[in-house]
Amino acid sequence: MAFYDGLFETLGLREWCDAGSSGGPMTMAQLLARKSGVGGEDGAPAPATPFLQTPFPSLDALNEACPAVTRTRDMTDGVENAFLAIKDPLKVVLDPITQPLSWALNGSLSVFETVPWFILIPLLAALVWYASRSIGLVAFVIVSFLFFGFIDHYIYAVQTLSIIFVCTLICVALGVPLGIAMSRSDAMQRGMIPVLDMLQTLPTFVYLIPLIFLFSVTEPKLYGIAIILYAIVPVVRLTDLGIRLVDKDVIEAADAFGMTDRQKLWGVQVPLALPNIMAGVNQTIMMSLAMVVIASLVSAPGLGVLVLRGIRNLELGVGLVSGFGIVLLAVLLDRVTKAALSRINVSQRA
Amino acid sequence: MTQDPIISIKGLYKIFGPDAKSKIALVQNGMGKDELLETHGHVLGLRDIDIDIAQGKVTVIMGLSGSGKSTLIRHLNRLIDPTAGEVVVNGEDVLQYDETRLRALRQQTMSMVFQKFALLPHRTVLENAGMSRRVRGEDQDTADAEGGKWLDRVGLGGNGGQYPHQLSGGMQQRVGIARALASDSPIMLMDEAFSALDPLIRTDMQDLLLELQNELHKTIVFITHDLDEALKLADHLVILKDGAIIQQGEPQHILLNPADPYIEDFVSDINRARVLRVRSVMQPPHTNGFDFSGTVDGNATLESLIELSGGDTNCCYKVADDGIDIGVLDMKDLVRALVPARPSSENGVEAR
Repeated sequence: MAFYDGLFETLGLREWCDAGSSGGPMTMAQLLARKSGVGGEDGAPAPATPFLQTPFPSLDALNEACPAVTRTRDMTDGVENAFLAIKDPLKVVLDPITQPLSWALNGSLSVFETVPWFILIPLLAALVWYASRSIGLVAFVIVSFLFFGFIDHYIYAVQTLSIIFVCTLICVALGVPLGIAMSRSDAMQRGMIPVLDMLQTLPTFVYLIPLIFLFSVTEPKLYGIAIILYAIVPVVRLTDLGIRLVDKDVIEAADAFGMTDRQKLWGVQVPLALPNIMAGVNQTIMMSLAMVVIASLVSAPGLGVLVLRGIRNLELGVGLVSGFGIVLLAVLLDRVTKAALSRINVSQRA
Repeated sequence: MTQDPIISIKGLYKIFGPDAKSKIALVQNGMGKDELLETHGHVLGLRDIDIDIAQGKVTVIMGLSGSGKSTLIRHLNRLIDPTAGEVVVNGEDVLQYDETRLRALRQQTMSMVFQKFALLPHRTVLENAGMSRRVRGEDQDTADAEGGKWLDRVGLGGNGGQYPHQLSGGMQQRVGIARALASDSPIMLMDEAFSALDPLIRTDMQDLLLELQNELHKTIVFITHDLDEALKLADHLVILKDGAIIQQGEPQHILLNPADPYIEDFVSDINRARVLRVRSVMQPPHTNGFDFSGTVDGNATLESLIELSGGDTNCCYKVADDGIDIGVLDMKDLVRALVPARPSSENGVEAR
């Protein structure tokens, strides 16, 4: 019958196999096989499997020969059940911890939404001026937001901006101390790097799957966590790198003059690593912007919602215009943070 | 050396490697640097170093790169911890210090000047100069006042508001010196402080250092690979090779009585007339049959004497210090001293 029958026969496990037979629903492959009349259960003799078509001894293939072996489907079921089993205790812990994130996101959204456009735009312009001291950039920001307003995308753009604002702040607040800790301990660095690698390479949708089970889809912290997990990586990495790259001679001088660790950290290492840390913040902003579209699947407001509408309803124009809006926002944020970064660089280094 | 040394290094060993402690015995039994590296994979940094550093004097530690001189100076303020041995500063073994006392030592007793300046690039020159004060927790005004005072002293009074990268190398090192002086510590460690500078600037800086030293009488430990610099600055010269001291003593003495072919090679290239002083080549005072052409100072260089005598080797001079006769100089001795001598045991070579 099945290819691996012989294996279980020779191992003398036939009885164990049959005893463990649980039946269970058929897989699609089994169904198709039965439909086309191939396979054992009709009584028709199965043709011998040619050598070149030897199936990989996977769970499903082994299950065919020995029903006691679990199928892959049962394995994923197991993962699901395990997750569901720890879900409730996990929720008891995580829910209160992450609740402030919901408040922050909601609070920031309502502030950004209630401040009228004729106040918010000058405010943003002033902020850009403070960070970059560049007239051109300020003009670019004002024109962009007037354009958003003109095509009735202003409120969406502001919502997206609000989410990025909160998430970036939290990324910096968590990521910089984490990076500092990594730079001070090699063990910590060895432990963190695989985690960071995983966060960076995990497909973005995969973040959402467990989060959907943990929190209700209507809660802002759901997308907040997803964005933060995805976007925190560069700021952690570059803080660690920046501090490790600080000139060894300067560190030695700091030691030779008897600086305490704290004096060294805040007086020498962090200021000298600041260009790298700022580069990390820039990357963090860019990555949270990338995540905003995906986060709109789980009720994140903003331009992402429009992109999603474009995809779902095949409204080509809506999708393209809002997509362009996200690009515009990205360029804007990138230019402003880069300008701020270069200002730091000039005031510090040769 | 009559007074007690302010720093005394005794039996210092440094071996770099994962299991340095266990290799000490091998080195003490005479295993060399190359053999240790080849058979045990450990690098011998320093071997049995004994130096007494006198208060108020300039002690120069000289050696080529890889001789362990920068490693040695870092043992004094424990930027590097030794594998074995003692470093006694003001009568206390600094190796027994805990972190707090070590920090106090670095803040109060020893300051350091670095080859690559190592100024804080994000602070102004004035802030850099006052850094040691600020590290100690003194207020902004004191730090700026002290920093400014020493910046003036090294000739950078007007540059306080600039950033280090806006200054030339020589000016940056002046800031480095001002920073070390502003800490008001009795001991100054200078790690190849002038090696990164142009020759002309370097001469300026050496003169500046001597001028400051005449006034301040700090205990200076100076590292260099340049013999001319060493001879110019040193009251006490220590020559290192492969992590071990091969000769130490008064520089004039080493020049006239090199203990080792290695040192002979070293000293053969320098301008002896400019470096040697009359007191080192004179004979004890006597009057038999000499017709003195004049009186010279004991600290005059041979070069100045050759100029004075017009090259006449028949001249003879009375040597005096503050009007007291201390010896007699025959020009023939002087000329003989200009040719490097072969080392011989009867010269009473001081080698440890």
